Amino acid sequence: MKTEPLVLGIETSCDETGVGVVRGHTLLADEVASSVEEHARFGGVVPEVASRAHFEAMVPTVQRALDTAGITLADVDAIAVTAGPGLAGALLVGVAAAKAYALAAGKPIYGVNHLAAHVAVDTLEHGPLPEPAIALLVSGGHSSLLQVDDLAGRVEPLGATIDDAAGEAFDKVARLLGLPFPGGPPIDRAARDGQIVIPFPRGLSAARDLVEHRFDFSFSGLKTAVARWVEARQRAGEPVPVNDVAASFQEAVCDVLTNKAVDACLDRGVRTLVIGGGVAANSRIRALAQERCDKHGITLRVPRPKLCTDNGAMVAALGAHLVAAGAAPGALGLPTDSAMPITVVTA
Amino acid sequence: MVVDSSTPAVTAALVRVEDPELPGAGDPQVTVLAERVTVDGRAHGELLAPQIQAVLAEGGAAPGDLAAVVAGTGPGPFTGLRAGMVTAAALGHALDIPVYGVCSLDGIGHGQPGRLLVATDARRKEVYWAVYSGGVRVDGPAVDKPAAVSVEVDAAAGDGADRYAEVFGLPLLPPRYPSARALAALAADRVRAKAPGETLTPRYLRRPDAVAPGERKPALP
Repeated sequence: MKTEPLVLGIETSCDETGVGVVRGHTLLADEVASSVEEHARFGGVVPEVASRAHFEAMVPTVQRALDTAGITLADVDAIAVTAGPGLAGALLVGVAAAKAYALAAGKPIYGVNHLAAHVAVDTLEHGPLPEPAIALLVSGGHSSLLQVDDLAGRVEPLGATIDDAAGEAFDKVARLLGLPFPGGPPIDRAARDGQIVIPFPRGLSAARDLVEHRFDFSFSGLKTAVARWVEARQRAGEPVPVNDVAASFQEAVCDVLTNKAVDACLDRGVRTLVIGGGVAANSRIRALAQERCDKHGITLRVPRPKLCTDNGAMVAALGAHLVAAGAAPGALGLPTDSAMPITVVTA
Repeated sequence: MVVDSSTPAVTAALVRVEDPELPGAGDPQVTVLAERVTVDGRAHGELLAPQIQAVLAEGGAAPGDLAAVVAGTGPGPFTGLRAGMVTAAALGHALDIPVYGVCSLDGIGHGQPGRLLVATDARRKEVYWAVYSGGVRVDGPAVDKPAAVSVEVDAAAGDGADRYAEVFGLPLLPPRYPSARALAALAADRVRAKAPGETLTPRYLRRPDAVAPGERKPALP
């Protein structure tokens, strides 16, 4: 078993065609081709548009990653690919390509869980993950709290959103405020010039909700509350303080996410919190999580923003971890699973 | 290696393309050494790579022995079509061998006598279709409702022609799905000439289903 396996990782679960190369915990290449601009006018990711873009970008992006890493396919110890969860048609492009590369080069293939890969990517920046760890994964498609007992195979879901994902709420509120898609970065920027003055609701945080949904999230009510607040202003003929709405909305999201993540650490007696996913690139969630973790003596690990959003390096990182742990590779017939549960780290 | 996933027939075949200049070259000059076809419209991604592996094994070949990849470029339902085409593209890339695209409907119409309508199932009560005269495509490919396909032909072939046989009212000929041998024959000149490979372009024929959002519904009553 190699301690520093060289792995090529392919990610196509949403709108980023990501190909990364990792040796052990060392990042050698992280190439991403995004179709986000093609989705902007639709206000969200259009699956077929994303799938077409993955097809076109696949071979060039793999070549760029190999060139950047200064390796050839023959050098790698394994190929890892996101098998789920994600958009079915988009996943299939990456998985079919990965199988062809594995078959052609005679390499083992690992079909891995996208969410587990968001956790694994942190090892590229902060080294091996202390286990157990609590992981908060927040993106346009996911909002989950996990307990990671063993990144190579034992991950327990603690909670998840019961409606919209956190990133989805950012997108919808951005649209409401006339800000571009994806909504995360423009809201983050607007919030810097705003005040946290509007008391938007904290979903599933009331005592009665905590009984059954202590570690779950809800952002649908928040989105509606923001819409009602903005419309009331508009109907009264008053200007909408976009920066204040952005800051107050962002605070409501980040408050609930970090509160519940820290609560999970305290409840489970776990001393490490990892945050990943596109929303982890938000400056306020990073600051608030740091503040709250410091207060409770919890070590916070958040990868740099480029590694938080979807990429191939995270898939390669998880693949390298699996190879080093001696996990069995998948078959060439491995399926995609758009609803792959987090309890399955590798298919 | 021939790959086609434009129809429910997930197809992989190991084919020998002989050089007619060489002494002892056989006739026909395209020989199918091993072939796997599985009819399952929902499992292209699972079936194809194992089938490629199986035909290589049966033909006693290693991936490195391949000289070219021939891919059916559709038209066909998007998701399945892409599975085969990205497989072909990645195989060619990994092995540093050329990839040649062939219209999948030609894999049905190639070499057929007379005037022939080739139609495959495009779902949504439509067909992908093309017309052949003496085995050569003279119209299409296009996608339409069967009743809107108005062509002068003697017969029809393909799973779409079968499915909508009552609409077309034409004698039905085989094959039902693209033939790997025909696809290889159509690319044989390029294979023999060691022509530069191509960047494959799927024949989608339809735009993605996507509509720009309308006015947001108000949250207040």
